[in-house]
Amino acid sequence: MVRKISLTVNGYRKTVEVKDNELLIDVLRDKLKIKGVKAACWRGECGLCTVLLNGEPVKSCLVLAVEVDGSEIVTVEGLSRDGELTPIQKAFIEHGALQCGFCTPAFVLASHQLLLENPNPTEEEIKEKLSGILCRCGTYYEIIEAIKSASKFYQKK
Amino acid sequence: MEKLTFKYIGKPIPPYDGFYKVTGTAEYTFDIELPGMLYAKLVTSTVPHARIKKIDFSKALQIPGVVKVVTGKDFPYRVGMYAGDRDLLAIDKVRWVGHPVAAVIAESLEAAEKAIDLVDVEYEELPAVFDPLEALKPDAPLIHEKMEEYRHSPAFNPIPGTNIANKFTLVRGDVEKGFREADVIIEEQFYIPHVSHCYMEVQNVVAHYHLDGTVEIWTSWQNVAPIRQIMALSLGIPHNKIIVRIPYVGGGFGGKAGLGWEALVTILSKEAGYRPVKLVLSRKEQFTVAAVREGFYGFAKAGFRKDGKFIAYDVKFILDAGAYADYTVNVGRAVGYSADGCYEIPNIRVESLTVYTNKIPTTALRGFGYPESHWVLEQIMDRAAKKIGIDPVEIRRINLVKPGISETCTGERLREDAGNPEKVLQTLLEEIEWNTPPEKLREPWKIRSKGLALFVKGPAQPPNAAASAILKFNEDASVDLLIATGNFGQGTITALIQIVAEEFGLPLEKVRVDYIKDTHKSAYTWQTVGSRGLFTDGIAILKAIEDAKRQIFRVASEVLRCPEDHLELVDGEVRVKGKPWMKIPLQDIVMGYTYPNGNSIGGPVIGRGVFMSTHTTYLDPETGQGNPTIFHTFGGAAVEVEIDLLTGEIKVLKVVQALDLGKVINPLLVKQQMNGGSLMGLSIGLYEQIKFDERGWVVNPNFTNYYLIRIKDIPKEVVRKTIETPQSDGPYGARGIGELTMIGIAPAIANAVYRATGVKINQLPMNPENLWKALKEQRPDLFDEALKKFIESKKLAEVRA
Repeated sequence: MVRKISLTVNGYRKTVEVKDNELLIDVLRDKLKIKGVKAACWRGECGLCTVLLNGEPVKSCLVLAVEVDGSEIVTVEGLSRDGELTPIQKAFIEHGALQCGFCTPAFVLASHQLLLENPNPTEEEIKEKLSGILCRCGTYYEIIEAIKSASKFYQKK
Repeated sequence: MEKLTFKYIGKPIPPYDGFYKVTGTAEYTFDIELPGMLYAKLVTSTVPHARIKKIDFSKALQIPGVVKVVTGKDFPYRVGMYAGDRDLLAIDKVRWVGHPVAAVIAESLEAAEKAIDLVDVEYEELPAVFDPLEALKPDAPLIHEKMEEYRHSPAFNPIPGTNIANKFTLVRGDVEKGFREADVIIEEQFYIPHVSHCYMEVQNVVAHYHLDGTVEIWTSWQNVAPIRQIMALSLGIPHNKIIVRIPYVGGGFGGKAGLGWEALVTILSKEAGYRPVKLVLSRKEQFTVAAVREGFYGFAKAGFRKDGKFIAYDVKFILDAGAYADYTVNVGRAVGYSADGCYEIPNIRVESLTVYTNKIPTTALRGFGYPESHWVLEQIMDRAAKKIGIDPVEIRRINLVKPGISETCTGERLREDAGNPEKVLQTLLEEIEWNTPPEKLREPWKIRSKGLALFVKGPAQPPNAAASAILKFNEDASVDLLIATGNFGQGTITALIQIVAEEFGLPLEKVRVDYIKDTHKSAYTWQTVGSRGLFTDGIAILKAIEDAKRQIFRVASEVLRCPEDHLELVDGEVRVKGKPWMKIPLQDIVMGYTYPNGNSIGGPVIGRGVFMSTHTTYLDPETGQGNPTIFHTFGGAAVEVEIDLLTGEIKVLKVVQALDLGKVINPLLVKQQMNGGSLMGLSIGLYEQIKFDERGWVVNPNFTNYYLIRIKDIPKEVVRKTIETPQSDGPYGARGIGELTMIGIAPAIANAVYRATGVKINQLPMNPENLWKALKEQRPDLFDEALKKFIESKKLAEVRA
């Protein structure tokens, strides 16, 4: 069955027709052309399709599109505002917390959300929050460094 | 005169493309959609070895949206880089479970997915062989009947009528005599299972065959040049009608070299009525259809004198190449000629066989045979040390090569400035605190230990593998650098930009490298593999800079009325040496200089430069002698581990990596490679293994059952040390690093376990299951004692409670 759902994506209101079995990731990538959302396993193991759903990081390959009717979604494209990168984005660049970059949108989003909720996380807390996302290039150390260095900007907020 | 201080060289410049990656604007092939694009899915074999009797796709064609179904019979091409053995779709026979037999092209992915299940393939099964040792037997099923017809590179030696895709032999000295003189002989067998590259972006390709015969390709691959070369040779399309474009790439690790699915998708596009077609593999297909790293056996016999001198090494490597060995024949060659690692071994005999089996095809993976040869050799060193009764460090010192004096096992005399392996070893010892015994733990069933391994590697490439660079100036004296250097995460391009900015005295922002590599627009480079990019492409760029500077100085010398050799380029200006007030800004020259009256001289400045290997050769087919490589990077890894004797679990607490890089162009990029390579080494060393059932099916084709290291698993510390012994023909003295950082990790861990327990782990991965089995088999006393201590401590705890 096809239904109409409405959602806010990166601040813009969107209405799309979706099938009952359609996944959020496919709606975002294929229908709304938001390509910053990546995928590498399509079964909830790699975390690359992470988006913020009502402020909560979720794997969009495990969410049915019909479930998000009326929700607010933020992808990596929606993080920077007024032409300015968020502190965590800047820190990822400065600390080299990226290599091939394919997992970067997911890590940036999850790290940003982590810092909003817990501006001064311990290393253990960072590891726990980010263990659902895979980086084969192995930038984990640099990601931890980036989060720690960006942390001061989130504390001021 | 050599420049002594640098503005950008040696500085931790962040990756030049970081902005695009953190904002989601970096475009990968995965993100590309063309107007009118169709989707392809592969129908794959369900049996390991069979003749195809019939393919019935009539039902598939009835699915709405299906445009066409294509089978291999209609396109009997053989393609490849080295062995030339690959078909696009199975032609008459399937050779592994996962072998593509047909492709469905449809208007939507959904329709294509639905349709592949409706393609009926009738097979006549043939006996299959899954183990390369079995495949070598005379009565083994033959997997490639027409091997003699394949177009293989002259560097290889396939044996038609057998399952041997390449036989590499190397002989130096007299190994029998060496063994007669040996006091200690070590004989061991080693094994490494198949592993997957697990780059995050799956293999995917868009191809558009135009009606005029032009082919446009977008692909997630490491290199543009070989795709065009192989397609031109096999499909007969002229080179300049094949345009290969590679945008951002989500990881490669060697698994996106040679040729991928480009030729197939090109054919599909033509068959679909010249519409663009996209093929995207699933993660499951990455484990079952795309090429992975080969399985590996090493049978080693090593002879040492009691003073520790390594005098005889007889080793046989057998590579389980799977159904197609196109790239793995070269891995077999590299594992063969790297058998001696960084040691002088006067008598050595190596045989390396790349063997076909009815399993998934295989290819290069970060390190290219060197992790395999070092997994064997570096453990042999520790075993010999123990038997002789000397320290693992001592035995390495005794046998370490001496640059300028020593010859490698291929008879190549190491250049004087090849590096400083002695200093590498010394650095490791200091940083791991080799002579400080590890802490004793309060849980006595756990023990700590330290181990190390040395390594050396150079790019495994044909002797004529070239590189080139073009740079052109824009009106404002900004530079466009046209290079084909692959950009799949290693960061080389940032380092190359630093070189251009440094040499012209320009800000980094004024040097641009397009993110798309394009056979038409980027200067040729053979491939970005084997840790060669910075070295080969860096030299080509330095030559292009020289060329551009000559053009700039020629014009400036006329304008400033002084000889060219009195001029220098500083901060974007040409200045007279010693009279810096006599100068012209670069932008007044790079498009030609115009005098006040309108007379003009010079013209747009375009620099070109090339790299060609010096003194490299093919290796002698009988003896393996020759010069295979352009540099050797020496390095070492040391680890401190905690071993749980009850569960067999190994926890790596600390990693030290030391590498002689000649010159560090960018310490941030080096840090990324040393951290990242360490983690990939740990992951492959401790967790990873593709498992096959007895019918050749992969049973763990996903990230739940094939475990990759996650952020929660990383050791507390990776200590990174670089040594800079400049190599005079490298860019600023630099050598490559990318693959090196993975090689030493697994053998260092195995050596740490052996040192503390005497337990030999000859097979990867060193997971609890494998270590526990080895422990119970080799040291049941250790296990029993640990168990006793564990029970005692629990009882004590109960009493206390």
